[in-house]
Amino acid sequence: MNAPLLVPPQALKRAGPLWLLAEVTYRCPLHCAFCYNPVDFAQAGPELSTEDWLKVIRQARALGAAQFGISGGEPLVRDDIEILVAEARQLGFYTNLITSGVGLTEARLAALKEAGLDHIQLSFQDATKEANDLITNTRTFELKRKVAAMTKAAGYPTVINCVLHRTNIDHLDRIIEMAVEIGAEYLELANTQYHGWAFLNRQSLMPTEAQLAEAEAVTERWKAKLGKKMRILFVTPDYQTKKPKKCMNGWGEVFLSITPDGLALPCHTARMLPGLEFPDVREHDIDWIWHESPLFNRFRGTAWLPETCQSCEDKEKDHGGCRCQAFMLTGDAGATDPVCPKSPDHALIEKALAEAERPTLVKPLVFRDPKNSVKLGRAF
Amino acid sequence: MIPTLARPRINRLFRFQWEPAQQAHVLLYPEGMVKLNQSAGEILKRCDGIRSVTEIVADLEAAFNASGLAAEVDAFLLMAEAQNWIDWNPS
Repeated sequence: MNAPLLVPPQALKRAGPLWLLAEVTYRCPLHCAFCYNPVDFAQAGPELSTEDWLKVIRQARALGAAQFGISGGEPLVRDDIEILVAEARQLGFYTNLITSGVGLTEARLAALKEAGLDHIQLSFQDATKEANDLITNTRTFELKRKVAAMTKAAGYPTVINCVLHRTNIDHLDRIIEMAVEIGAEYLELANTQYHGWAFLNRQSLMPTEAQLAEAEAVTERWKAKLGKKMRILFVTPDYQTKKPKKCMNGWGEVFLSITPDGLALPCHTARMLPGLEFPDVREHDIDWIWHESPLFNRFRGTAWLPETCQSCEDKEKDHGGCRCQAFMLTGDAGATDPVCPKSPDHALIEKALAEAERPTLVKPLVFRDPKNSVKLGRAF
Repeated sequence: MIPTLARPRINRLFRFQWEPAQQAHVLLYPEGMVKLNQSAGEILKRCDGIRSVTEIVADLEAAFNASGLAAEVDAFLLMAEAQNWIDWNPS
């Protein structure tokens, strides 16, 4: 008998995607200023029908995808996600609901459980009512705590996600304590990555270097204290670690995301990239989209990398970093991610970091809502 | 050392299944997957919260016409417990 084989993500490369993320709607009862959705979401086309989604789910599973996520927006604003979960589960997917919890009633939770939903990831925005309600521009804190208790009672592991930024990062100790009180098994502390609305609000969301260092120290203290009881995952921000990351473990390698209006993307935010044609799942099947479409081949592998990256020993590790970050900062989606110190554009990152140390530059938050979306009318 | 009467079962945070595209057993968990080799798959397949460790070993030895697997099964189960893949049926 051999030791079990733990296969690292890069070894799971294969013909098809492993992950199917269904962003079923851009509608959302929250208005979080750090949302990664496109700023101009209000201009997206009509949402896919239930039948369209079922077709996508079947095609992706046939290619070998094993993880199915439902996200948005707030997926619970659609009344058919029970149907999608049931089909995905029945086909062998591990099914994940990524939700703010708003709209999760006892009845819906029972229906989702009946459909075979495996896992619920609940987002919290802060540890206090005041701060949660401020950043989401809603009154939802009490409701979230209620939902957490309800999902736990239904036998679900409690998995909480909290996005960290300048205005909540100093409450981290209390945030972790709250997760312990709720009885969470996993807590993901995701530092804001600056896409969509978060890019728009970057100056108001980026923590100082001292804030971030303190947050990491707080996390380490809790990790040591909690051990296996609650796993804490601290996701470091690209800007501050200055380490470029592969787009979703590699463009077109494991991850497939579908927008509410049916565009297939290799990452959540790629629809902002210019000059690319995004395949529509109503016109093409997932097999063609994944293997043949120009979009999924555009930044696949490393052959396309610019000179800065071609000569770099880390190119297989990071594939030149995030394409959206490169585009948002330099205007060129094929450039080296500026978070990399070797990038000719790295000064842009240093400038943003320096600005975070000067609180006078912090501006009022622009909240993610359809009115602001229409008014701004741009991707980020 | 694991008590021989202990009855391991898959932790509820994981789902264990055969994955045709991988031609392997896998453990699925929130937003992730562990691909298992054949022996790991065969052991975990028998971690049903009903069979004791002794019974699992006997079952494997019969299925694969082998003997003396106890130490290896023990070592695997300890590792699997450390990874949170399994826990023990207390009832």
